[in-house]
Amino acid sequence: MNETMIRARHLSKIFTMHNQGGIALPVLDDVDLQVGCSEAVVLHGPSGAGKSTLLRILYGNYRPSAGAVEIRHEGQLIDIVAAHPRLVIAIRKKTLSYVSQFLRVIPRVTTLDIVKDPMLSRGVSDDEADRRAKAMLARLNLPERLWSLPPQTFSGGEQQRVNIARSFVDPTPIMLLDEPTASLDAGNRAIVVELIADARTRGSAIVGIFHDEGVRDAVATRVFPVQVYREAA
Amino acid sequence: MSAPLSHEEPLLIAESVSRFYGPRVGCRDVSFSLWPGEVLGIVGESGSGKSTLLRCLAGLDRPSEGRVLFRHETQKVDIYNLAEPLRRELMRGAWGIVHQNPRDGLRMDVSAGGNVGERLMDRGARHYGAIREKALHWLNRVEIDGARIDDHPRQFSGGMQQRLQIARVLVSEPRLVFMDEPTGGLDVSVQARLLDLLRVLVRDLGIAAIIVTHDLAVARLLTDRLMVMKGGAVVEHGLTDQVLDDPHHAYTQLLTSAVLAA
Repeated sequence: MNETMIRARHLSKIFTMHNQGGIALPVLDDVDLQVGCSEAVVLHGPSGAGKSTLLRILYGNYRPSAGAVEIRHEGQLIDIVAAHPRLVIAIRKKTLSYVSQFLRVIPRVTTLDIVKDPMLSRGVSDDEADRRAKAMLARLNLPERLWSLPPQTFSGGEQQRVNIARSFVDPTPIMLLDEPTASLDAGNRAIVVELIADARTRGSAIVGIFHDEGVRDAVATRVFPVQVYREAA
Repeated sequence: MSAPLSHEEPLLIAESVSRFYGPRVGCRDVSFSLWPGEVLGIVGESGSGKSTLLRCLAGLDRPSEGRVLFRHETQKVDIYNLAEPLRRELMRGAWGIVHQNPRDGLRMDVSAGGNVGERLMDRGARHYGAIREKALHWLNRVEIDGARIDDHPRQFSGGMQQRLQIARVLVSEPRLVFMDEPTGGLDVSVQARLLDLLRVLVRDLGIAAIIVTHDLAVARLLTDRLMVMKGGAVVEHGLTDQVLDDPHHAYTQLLTSAVLAA
């Protein structure tokens, strides 16, 4: 059996909106999810079921109201819900990455520097980071004349490819993907499917949300249903 | 069982730091630890106590209660209870302060090169050529044209003055930098350049920083952890993206819902 990379147990999430009269919005109730290395689990369910909420909890971005999220980091399973923020930062730097459909970066930084940045912060040499970043941008068909420009003025699909390049140029052992192919054409979607397969071959565990059925079928080794929360009577 | 990173000691520890001005509360009962290489943001509206807290942490304003401990070699020293020579040594070398207004951090009657080189001379550098060369390197690093090395800061734009101030602080290779609204009062495009500069310097030099800002977008881009202050107290504290994306305290929810796409 594959080594467990993620073990989420009894996850619940209730959002409390203090400025809307303290209204409580329950989204997840007692969710268990286990993912091994080289697995690609696709979260599936209707809009509003809490797929993104679950993915964000796995990243430590949302705090669950109850439950634990154990992440394998340097050989050990560590509960990121209870871990010190400093340890969560270290886990995200080496082990756990989150790829959203939006590129959020400092304005005026060039595309090439954006793609190199995660490698540089992991201690890869500048030369190697440069070489790998360029190869990845080329693979994603981003025209070379754009590499020295900041991506703020790019089209939605181009920005998304910059985001994918930055995330897949040095894949982490666990990758969480929130609709990374949403605004790509068929050709580029196929390349992203390949990149995901490559990351899996290298042992990465993948959890993702893909609305495109073709991508979902091509990527998933397992589908995990996320049900709309039903309040207990 | 010990976590792999627990061996390293914090660089700065705040223990129940409070500052009162007569009956008025500046900040109340703030505790946290900061590790090397971490960037901590302090956010809150005007008057929330964030600048008061920063002044207490930076050794500029003695807290009414509580302690601020700084790691010096193998010891933790109370920064308000130090022998004067050690205090001066730490102030000059181990930590740096970037003021909101560059005029508070620069010598306006000294050339740009002098502003940077002076800090090296404070630390014992005496060789003119080497000092000038290092000053030039730092001007270059903060993207100020080396040809301006003999100009005075008052001949610089606001953005250039702020970058010069940052060079003056970082040339002495501090382990901890305090910044009060480092991009306040700058054009949006200059802000962006400065933000990237700060981020790269923190990444490459591994310094720790505490940044006070009221700009949540700045906090998101630059900081690892965030403390939210209101009425002098910390109401929420955690990973920056956690606090901004899943705020639990009513005040943080109000703060994050009031901005345009932070």
